[in-house]
Amino acid sequence: MQNDEIIRKINQLLIDEIEIEESQIYPAADLKKDLGIDSLDFVDLFVIVENNFGFKMKAEEMAGVKSLQDFYSYIIHRINPN
Amino acid sequence: MGIYSVIGKNLQEVEDSLRHGRSGIVFDPLRKAMGFRSALTGMVERPHLKGVLDRRLRIGLPVQGEYAYISTLEALKHAGIEQSYLDANEVGILFGNDSSALSVVESVDILRQKKDTMMIGSGYIFQSMNSTVSMNLSVIFRLRGVNFTLSGACASGSHAIGIGYLLIKQGLQDIIICGGAQEINPESTASFDALNAFSVRESEPTKASRPFDRDRDGLVPSGGAATVIIESYESAMKRGATIYGEVIGYGFSSNGEHISMPNVEGPVRAMEKAIRDAGIRSEEIDYINAHATSTPAGDRNEASSIDLVFGSSKPLVSSTKSMTGHEMWMGGASEVIYSTLMMNHGFVAPNINLENPDDVSEKLNIATETTSREINAFLSNSFGFGGTNSSLIIRKA
Repeated sequence: MQNDEIIRKINQLLIDEIEIEESQIYPAADLKKDLGIDSLDFVDLFVIVENNFGFKMKAEEMAGVKSLQDFYSYIIHRINPN
Repeated sequence: MGIYSVIGKNLQEVEDSLRHGRSGIVFDPLRKAMGFRSALTGMVERPHLKGVLDRRLRIGLPVQGEYAYISTLEALKHAGIEQSYLDANEVGILFGNDSSALSVVESVDILRQKKDTMMIGSGYIFQSMNSTVSMNLSVIFRLRGVNFTLSGACASGSHAIGIGYLLIKQGLQDIIICGGAQEINPESTASFDALNAFSVRESEPTKASRPFDRDRDGLVPSGGAATVIIESYESAMKRGATIYGEVIGYGFSSNGEHISMPNVEGPVRAMEKAIRDAGIRSEEIDYINAHATSTPAGDRNEASSIDLVFGSSKPLVSSTKSMTGHEMWMGGASEVIYSTLMMNHGFVAPNINLENPDDVSEKLNIATETTSREINAFLSNSFGFGGTNSSLIIRKA
């Protein structure tokens, strides 16, 4: 999967599954402060990622994921490690 | 008051159904396919809350919580209480609920399939606890008073109102959102079906629930949610609220015998205790909303109990379960609403499907048709597994 396709898919999942307004979505958005994703939503992100990208997120790898760009990069790296 | 039931999704629809003796019972083919002995059930559509409640407030709600959200919205509006009032005052919540089976089943199904608890997601824990309704509604409506759930089997909703009444009488709360909620799904009633307790009159669903009738063959499970807002007289006066009824008596007892077989003595004690608490004479009760679920033993014993306590005055009696089916955890609260609607509109709803009384029920004055009647005070019975009994007395304000 190409990187831009991954980003489009993440954005659509955030809109459909976490019900974030499309206008709120931009790469520099802080997941907690700007998108309102709390600790419970992170639990749901684990499910959404596995169901849609086919891998399990690891909590320890998410420690440095603060912005939406961080999240894109993390998912892209897991799908396309090279 | 607010109601979301199989005979109507608001007070107006329910009042109309009560007047016309309309049944909410259907044949559910899914239950037959699953291996149920009886496919009969009360049925109401699931509320659509997407776009109404935001995701976080919505995903912790099980189906009975969704029903309860709708009934509570109506009750708050009916009581003239806006969110700004809830934000500025300490308002409590006490709900009757005794299962959340579907949520438990679904979450364990995910675990068994995925073999990873992380795949269950964040909503199921809040859906699957017995306290799910009170915990969710307290967050949705930002309540800051008493907050817990009562699990007292099929008397849960009645006990919730009774305990709320006692807290208010003690001066510990001014307003409490009370009620009962009951999920409708095969998962929650499969083990109950296993007891051979459900009617198998599948060819005539609307005639299956026939409390006090000689040919009754069991109850019909049902559900929904009912919300009754109770408050101190002083609080109601201060708000300028319309008072639809006054809770004046609560009686409770335990049979101390069999886990499922009701008796006569326990309900008698609950009714007599409620009458004593109300400080009235039994002759002052104009109407009894019976617990009668349409089981052979339960109806017989309740009829004997009522005859022992009210044999001299013979008030009108009906079981609205003839129309609704057995709303279980919700029933004690919904039946207070049904009876309060009757009291405020001057009629007694019929005990439909009572064609031939048996040798005990013939001693009672059972309303088989809608009957115009001034009701100044009524008594509502609710009994449950384990022999828990609750009787409430409500008087016209």
